[in-house]
Amino acid sequence: MYDIKALYEASSVAHATELLLAHPEAQVIAGGSDVLVQIREGRRAGMELVSIYKLDELRGVELEEDGTIRIGSLTSFSHITKDKIIKKYINVLGEAVDMVGGPQIRNIGTIGGNTCNGVTSADSASTLFAWDAIVELSGPEGLRRLPIKEFYIKAGCVDLRPGEIQTGILIPQKAYEGYAGHYTKYAMRNAMDIATLGCSVNVKLSEDKETILDARIAYGVAGPVPMRTPSAEQAVKGQPVSKETCRKFGEAVLLDINPRDSWRASKAFRCHIGEVMAERGLEKAIRRAGGGI
Amino acid sequence: MEGKQYQLVTCTINGKETQTMVDVRASLTDMLRNDYRMTSVKKGCEVGECGACTVLIDGEAYNSCIYLAVWAEGKRITTVEGLLGPNGELSDIQQAFIDEAAVQCGFCTPGFLMTALEILDSGIEYSDEELRKLLSGHLCRCTGYENIFRAVKKTMLQRLGRI
Ligand SMILES: Cc1cc2nc3c(=O)[nH]c(=O)nc-3n(C[C@H](O)[C@H](O)[C@H](O)COP(=O)(O)OP(=O)(O)OC[C@H]3O[C@@H](n4cnc5c(N)ncnc54)[C@H](O)[C@@H]3O)c2cc1C
Ligand code: FES
Ligand code: FES
Repeated sequence: MYDIKALYEASSVAHATELLLAHPEAQVIAGGSDVLVQIREGRRAGMELVSIYKLDELRGVELEEDGTIRIGSLTSFSHITKDKIIKKYINVLGEAVDMVGGPQIRNIGTIGGNTCNGVTSADSASTLFAWDAIVELSGPEGLRRLPIKEFYIKAGCVDLRPGEIQTGILIPQKAYEGYAGHYTKYAMRNAMDIATLGCSVNVKLSEDKETILDARIAYGVAGPVPMRTPSAEQAVKGQPVSKETCRKFGEAVLLDINPRDSWRASKAFRCHIGEVMAERGLEKAIRRAGGGI
Repeated sequence: MEGKQYQLVTCTINGKETQTMVDVRASLTDMLRNDYRMTSVKKGCEVGECGACTVLIDGEAYNSCIYLAVWAEGKRITTVEGLLGPNGELSDIQQAFIDEAAVQCGFCTPGFLMTALEILDSGIEYSDEELRKLLSGHLCRCTGYENIFRAVKKTMLQRLGRI
């Protein structure tokens, strides 16, 4: 039995907003793999919950007319990994969320929960940052969209206003077309472990595959919220595809990341693997984009 | 004290349609064990770490300890109790666990069997590495996992007509 004060089941997105406004203390529960564990721990014991679990309209991946990839916020990790659109256009997201927890967690955990929890180690977040994802929110004033970078306010805190829920995550066509990416999760175990550091890289090469037209990189656990490293991105834009370029990329990361010492790993260790992960990640992304390196 | 909140939950458990009033605070583990006496569903960690409580919901493996019982409304649930044949015969995967000595204390076994079922029902031939990853959501403190892995692999190959 969970220590829950009351549970309100939403029957539509609008109903969820109504329930949240009527019960201002209540918290949203989607798949519950964070919320229920925190209730057990006592951290969220005695809460009122608004469940959005049954809003099947928020599940699934679609390709919109203008080429935008829309991922419903309640789509589970395992469904993202198996999805044909994800596999075709942004396979690295499917690979990244396939590293979350274990199989049962990937069946219940949602991408909405993974971003609304505001957690820096969330395995989907760095890839979404690196692909310029847009977060879609629905609330009393209707729909609102914002870049994922602006959605994160501080550790554990995202820009969700009273009555709002996240309804989708959008990847615009210009953000994915021609790009190939790679995600590295560094953890102590291969399964059921939280990232010590997560790093998502993607790259767009010139037609002859000799030059880097654009490179994007984002980290989880390199700061209080997921973050891009603009210095590294700038350092390799327009540069030739080479090992030397990848090395520079890794070095430049250190200008931007600011990990902390924690019981999982020291700051020095995180900086070290951060550099290596960037360098190797770029090499792998380049190979996937058809570059010879 | 505030009044308790109950909801009527109708679902199919091991092929049988059932209905019961459930406390909204109950986990699916609570409902299956207390209301339906499905004691194959074990309470291990109750926080999604060990997999002892794993059941299939519409064919996918879930930790029933971190799933609200009221969410089971309209769902198709499978537990180990549903694997037995009409005269109590064991299913292929259960027999394989016995043959491969994949059971010692048995606490983790029902959960592993459910995950194995999702793997087997996919009809996909997985590599050893993929199988290990697919089994990684369970803890076993007795067997050392190798025999469990062998039992699942053997049944997978048998079902695919490969051995
Ligand atoms: C054993 C275990 C292992 C795990 N391993 C990993 C791991 O390796 N990597 C990883 O990234 N995570 C991991 N997690 C954490 C968790 O599974 C993920 O964060 C998951 O994505 C949470 O999704 P959910 O739907 O279950 O979220 P919930 O628990 O339902 O919600 C999480 C938070 O987001 C809010 N929320 C959820 N959806 C919405 C929405 N649509 N709109 C507004 N607010 C919303 C909730 O109010 C809550 O604050 C693990 C969890 C467990 C139990
Ligand atoms: S009891 Fe459910 S995962 Fe451990
Ligand atoms: S057989 Fe004892 S825990 Fe697995």
